[in-house]
Amino acid sequence: MNKVLLIFRREFAGYFATPLAAVFLAVFLGIASGMTFFVAGFFDRAQADMSAFFLWHPWLYLVLMPAIGMRLWAEERRSGTIELLMTLPVQPWQLVLGKWLAAWVFAGLALMLSTPLWITVNVLGSPDNGVVLASYIGSWLMAGAFLAIAACISALTKNQVLAFIGAVVAGFVFVMAGFDLVLSAVRPWAPEIVVQAVASMSFIGHFQRITDGVLEAPALVFFVSLIAFALWLNVQALDARKAA
Amino acid sequence: MVLVETRALVKQFGAFTAVDDISFSVNRGEVVGFLGPNGAGKSTTMKIVAGFLEPTSGQAFIAGHDSREDPIAARQRLGYLPEGAPAYPDMTVGAFLEFVAAMRGLSPARANERLAELAERIDLEEVWNRRIEALSKGFKRRVGIAQALVHDPDVLILDEPTDGLDPNQKHEMRELIRTLAPTKAIVVSTHILEEVEAICTRAIVIARGKMLADCTPAELLARAPARDPEAHQLVRTTRLEDAFRHITLEQAGS
Repeated sequence: MNKVLLIFRREFAGYFATPLAAVFLAVFLGIASGMTFFVAGFFDRAQADMSAFFLWHPWLYLVLMPAIGMRLWAEERRSGTIELLMTLPVQPWQLVLGKWLAAWVFAGLALMLSTPLWITVNVLGSPDNGVVLASYIGSWLMAGAFLAIAACISALTKNQVLAFIGAVVAGFVFVMAGFDLVLSAVRPWAPEIVVQAVASMSFIGHFQRITDGVLEAPALVFFVSLIAFALWLNVQALDARKAA
Repeated sequence: MVLVETRALVKQFGAFTAVDDISFSVNRGEVVGFLGPNGAGKSTTMKIVAGFLEPTSGQAFIAGHDSREDPIAARQRLGYLPEGAPAYPDMTVGAFLEFVAAMRGLSPARANERLAELAERIDLEEVWNRRIEALSKGFKRRVGIAQALVHDPDVLILDEPTDGLDPNQKHEMRELIRTLAPTKAIVVSTHILEEVEAICTRAIVIARGKMLADCTPAELLARAPARDPEAHQLVRTTRLEDAFRHITLEQAGS
């Protein structure tokens, strides 16, 4: 576990070693609040809740999480440092977990910077803070799922742009899984149970249930197990590269 | 005591055989030079021994530990300088070496002591707080060496440790390798022939993935063909170059 923390620390500090962190945090807050106030009409709704803020998170993350995750492995491979890392006395899963954790905590930091909005809502009215808290947790978990997918794809290439595009495409499939765009591509050839299974992978579906105030087990289990599965795939991708 | 051993290593990338049946062993106190043309399979062999790549077949052992079956134990005994001496450009030299020391499981006290020792020995003090991306090639290479020595390993695998260094730096690097030699098993790759004479106790010649020679530098010299006094040579070559050209070109011709 100690090694995971060391990897986490190095990786997390890495975000702040360049202007990347500042730019990302500014862009995240800019877009998130822009969407809240202008697209979702935060004030027009005249409701003391934060659903206008959380509504757009799946779409926001679709682009922004791959931007955080794309460098995780691709950069190591490009610069050759992956050879150092993989010849240290650590297990691949420790590296995978440490790196993902750094990206996830970074995403959590971005999310936490939106708390002035929460405070504002509380000043203006009396929102159901239980729902808000559940939404924050759900949003952070969803970010973790996007990041695990991005990390896994990043391990397949040394090209960060490719990693970014791959992660956006994979994320898009998950975001849209409950919609006809994806389901109609599955329906013609797969039995109904598969269609149902794909539909149940929908990020939007699970996330909406959480922001509606139901922090129920299925949605949590869904995001947590998706993260675990993507990280497991990430380890497999590293192993496969070794034998290639 | 055998510290590095490979048995019939083969590595294929698709249809291309990069390493073809390479077996050798290195004892404590030996400095073995990997010689060969570019693309001969030197780096691939080193990557397999270091455990970064898995061989298609065959085995590699570090201090008796199979690099595939028992990778953690093997890596604990190994210091590895990958080709090009990669390091995290956004870290300072000190932070990077501290990170490696911690990952290697050194206690903070031991790490401090060890890093101070290395900083002095490898002359890194003046750049200790500088970012690695801002370092000259010579310093980067030295950081790479320091990183490989942090845990005082029994086995050192150094892929082109003097590549890109100026003559003075090359000399210092060779001195360092010589001083480390008695207590370790060291494998260095190079395509600089004079280096083999300067620091190696043994030379292994590899070309096109195959091992063409495994002998002392003196024996390698003896394999140089007799010079034809009549032959007109535009460029003067050393005896070692003659031997190297003879061995590698003979294979290419066959």
